[in-house]
Amino acid sequence: MMSADAPTILPLELNAVSLTLGDKRLIKDISCTLEAPQITIIIGPNGAGKSLLLRLCHGLLQPSAGAIDWRGAAGRNPSPHQAMVFQRPVLLRRSVQANIDFALSLRKVPRRRRRALIEEALTRAGLKRFAKSSARLLSFGEQQRLALARSWALRPQVLFLDEPTASIDPAATHVIEEVILAMREEGTKIIMSTHDLGQARRLADEVLFLHRGRLKEKSDAAAFFAAPKNDLAQAFLRGELLWWQRRELTPP
Amino acid sequence: MTDFGAAISTAFALVANLDSDLSEVVALSLQVSLSAVLIASIIGLPVGAALALFRFPGRTFLVIVLNAFMGLPPVVIGLIVYLLLSRAGPFGVLGLLFTPTAMIIAQVLLITPLIAALARQVMETLWLEYEEQLRSLGSTPLRSLGVLLRDGRYSLVTAVLAGFGRAIAEVGAVMIVGGNIDHVTRVMTTSIALEVSKGNLALALGLGIILVILSVLVNGLVYVLRGIHRQGVTP
Repeated sequence: MMSADAPTILPLELNAVSLTLGDKRLIKDISCTLEAPQITIIIGPNGAGKSLLLRLCHGLLQPSAGAIDWRGAAGRNPSPHQAMVFQRPVLLRRSVQANIDFALSLRKVPRRRRRALIEEALTRAGLKRFAKSSARLLSFGEQQRLALARSWALRPQVLFLDEPTASIDPAATHVIEEVILAMREEGTKIIMSTHDLGQARRLADEVLFLHRGRLKEKSDAAAFFAAPKNDLAQAFLRGELLWWQRRELTPP
Repeated sequence: MTDFGAAISTAFALVANLDSDLSEVVALSLQVSLSAVLIASIIGLPVGAALALFRFPGRTFLVIVLNAFMGLPPVVIGLIVYLLLSRAGPFGVLGLLFTPTAMIIAQVLLITPLIAALARQVMETLWLEYEEQLRSLGSTPLRSLGVLLRDGRYSLVTAVLAGFGRAIAEVGAVMIVGGNIDHVTRVMTTSIALEVSKGNLALALGLGIILVILSVLVNGLVYVLRGIHRQGVTP
């Protein structure tokens, strides 16, 4: 069963979520609700907890306190309706198309439907001519496009992306942003972290601003980029380096 | 150096004439060691992969034991198998002592820990890379195990080869449990030991040269096979 046909698992509700690893509190008391098939961009400096928050939402990490609840799932398993693209693409040592085929087989998509899905996803990501080549021989940018194509083929209701364009060139970044926008058009909820402010401006419908593990601001993208309410967010948008102490910030 | 020259001519003469005793010894060597490698791989590879994948109580202890057993002295293994299979031992009724089967059992015990420990190292590195992605895609542990074994296959071949190398070159265990009986349990290493003790150095060296050539051939074969499948192997 393709997840797009199923009733939505959204909204995603975070209730006082904290994560402690060792003796470090890395995510502190985050509460928010994410809904509607729009693009939510998580921004913040390195170490703000962006990747951890994505992993918590996706279920790869369990919160130390608080609850993460897919309200729409209503008892169904939410995992098959989600997919994630990581900062470093992880591809299996087999052909490009076999990588997508493997993901589809894990979601129990019948064999006869897979070929069309694979072809469409590869076309969308501009990788069709590589279908039979080994995935590990692709360039880094192509590998990331394949990772995204694999997620596209799964037709997830929610797609998580962890700085997907952090180390790839503008051309590949452009393709990836195109695919992300196309997925939104098809009704996929996108939750993505980036520290590229330009990318955030291009894609975001909604912005979560994280700093030192805390959710400092959650606003509509237009409102956020026009005038963020949080003083740290204002400094971040001005391109200032964020230090641990508030008093070191220049006044707005 | 005359010994060495004589040894080489003896070796060539043995091979060229397809000496029937020699081919018997070589065939038994290969049969015993290849059987042992096959069985040890069937046990060792999944065990290694499972140790890399699963976290359970006692895992660290198992890994330590496995690593320690990598270097077990063959003579000790031979002695243990001897005690188990001897008439008075718990498996004495099977009558396996001084048969090729006993030699296979000893070699399996010898190389299974080696193959499992090497496989675990390979698999652990791979799992570190794959874990999040596979969990995100919804892979079951069993499915992940299969993926790891498949994607790590070329590195695993190296682990299996190491096992084969240890098995074919080993003399202590097969000597004790096989007994070096002519036409029954005589293999290349035990022949060499015997010829040396008889003072027949040229023949012993000749056998040694054939043993080395065999080892090189097996490794070369694997290297060629890897080359054929080179595509998609880049780490």
